[in-house]
Amino acid sequence: MNDMNEEEARLVEWLADMNEDDALPLAKRMLLEDGKNPMRVLDLCRAAMDIVGKRFEEGEYFLPELVLAGEMLDTIGAIAKPLIKQGDGEEVKKLGKVLIGTVHGDLHDIGKNIVSFMLDINGFEVKDIGIDVPVKTFIAEIEAYQPDVVGLSGFLTLAFDSMKETIAAFDQAGLRDKFKIMIGGGQIDETVRNYTGADAFGVNAVEAVNLCRGWTGAAA
Amino acid sequence: MSAPTMIGPYEQTAAAKAAYDARWERIMACVRLEQPDRMPVGLHSFFWPATYGGITFKELMYDYDKAKKACFDAVMEFEPDGVFPLLLGTTLGRSLEKLEFKQLQWPGHGVGDMQPFQYLDREYMKAEEYDDFLFDPTGFYLQKYLPRVAGAFEGFDKLPSFPGLHYFRLVNGIRPFALPEVRASFDKIVAAAEEVNTMFGHHLDWTQKINAAGFPLFNGGNSIAPYDFIADYFRGATGMMKDLYRHKDKLKLVLDKAAIFISKMTIANAKAAGNPVVFIPIHWAPDAFMSPKQFEEFWWPSFRRLMMELIDADLIPMPMWESDCTKRLEVIKDIPAGKCIYWFERTDMVKAFEVLGDRVALRGNLSPSMLTTGTPTDVDAAVKHLVDNVWNKGGKLILDGAFGIPDETPVDNVRAMFGAARKYAG
Repeated sequence: MNDMNEEEARLVEWLADMNEDDALPLAKRMLLEDGKNPMRVLDLCRAAMDIVGKRFEEGEYFLPELVLAGEMLDTIGAIAKPLIKQGDGEEVKKLGKVLIGTVHGDLHDIGKNIVSFMLDINGFEVKDIGIDVPVKTFIAEIEAYQPDVVGLSGFLTLAFDSMKETIAAFDQAGLRDKFKIMIGGGQIDETVRNYTGADAFGVNAVEAVNLCRGWTGAAA
Repeated sequence: MSAPTMIGPYEQTAAAKAAYDARWERIMACVRLEQPDRMPVGLHSFFWPATYGGITFKELMYDYDKAKKACFDAVMEFEPDGVFPLLLGTTLGRSLEKLEFKQLQWPGHGVGDMQPFQYLDREYMKAEEYDDFLFDPTGFYLQKYLPRVAGAFEGFDKLPSFPGLHYFRLVNGIRPFALPEVRASFDKIVAAAEEVNTMFGHHLDWTQKINAAGFPLFNGGNSIAPYDFIADYFRGATGMMKDLYRHKDKLKLVLDKAAIFISKMTIANAKAAGNPVVFIPIHWAPDAFMSPKQFEEFWWPSFRRLMMELIDADLIPMPMWESDCTKRLEVIKDIPAGKCIYWFERTDMVKAFEVLGDRVALRGNLSPSMLTTGTPTDVDAAVKHLVDNVWNKGGKLILDGAFGIPDETPVDNVRAMFGAARKYAG
């Protein structure tokens, strides 16, 4: 965003710098007192999140910053969204649809939640179907949602077999070539990718975003 | 501390005693950074003994005799130099049930009979409760924390606040102990404690039996890094990450306080167990979890202090650095030489050896994905890689899986691991 005034630039900077104490009151004032277009405020948040993502990729930011950024964004979003009126601006066109869930037998969700958040703020439409997801639920959700990418998450070693079984079931249901599959989680590596038949694996949320960008032809 | 032998009623032959002493000495030589006669191999796992023994994960948690047999048979077949107290990590089903434990889901309680237990990451202490914890940790435990983590303690939220009780106020102040909820809690806790005693009796019996057969326990007590203690068991993952920004000063105070009571507890437990090695699984140190600056500011100081107190008490800290901690190596090197075992999960062991080889013994780290999905040939090659690049270059390596043997590992791959250790490193 090149057309920001001084105050807007300050909001972006404070959000990107994790300065929650200054950023949230300013965003609230813009929305509730100044009557600023809520779509504009959400655009500023997106610009801040672009910086957060870059700093994460460059090794300046880590998980705590992604989590705090997510929470700041949720807070501002909760105030902004009820204020959006028709004609405030176009909903940003989504880059693609990603369905994500933790495979059956595994109850872990922190990594999956961070990946969902990063995909969302990077312009993807994300449907998170939760943890310990049975194979048949994945298939039903995929048939209804028609995603471009399916993300399978798992932290435990038992997830290797759950992922393999889930992907094999996509194959049997004739769905395998309709979307790309990425896997991720604490123990996931190339050996597991090969074992499960996934298209790719990622070790962090930025890699997940980059995989989805590559597959949907979206420019970084 | 000398070799921690307990044989109870079991006979120990002279050959078994010699083998026991040789195994223990092999590990201790590594700790002292001296050359042992061959590369030691550890046996650590949670549910793999069930896979090995052909019983369900649920049976491993609930059936003491089946668990003891599976764990004993595994030790006899693989002849490791040091064995994790396998029963203490698994045969908890009946105790958890009687305690109405809420922080885990386990077979029959939220997960299937062939699934491992899983921890429920939640906020067990709210951010606004830091002051309560700091002012009176015991009071916070009794009235808030314990009722949140185990149903048996739920009546404790009615207990009086003890600090301040005095004289007649003390006499009148004990009335809550007569409340039905408090009485019910005590009844449940006593029943749970009796079950834990039973479990512990089986642990001792199994330990005496493997000791008599010539196999030492690797470690007696466990411990935890102060940061991980608060992150995992109090604030939850996301709560803790936000606290690095929102409550940094209080967090540091809590970490300093926790380091003191964790140290006291660990030293007492290790002395009672008669084994100097303290196993410390490390959850929050990985490169990806916080910046180098945050690591040095929040994570490392209280943990280093804890390790130094354990070392001063003649104990041997064995932190198990989960995930990839490559960027932490230079920082965690700051401990006295010849006093610790650093166990790495995904950190490249060759790199760890380069940075830490003159400081600590190393343990690990065959990849879980390779052990569970690979072939015996893959396992053989991975062991050879570690022998060629660490052991043969002077690294004091204790071979093991990245985090022990993963639950689902095919038995032939474990045979390949132990076989390759003997083939390539004595």
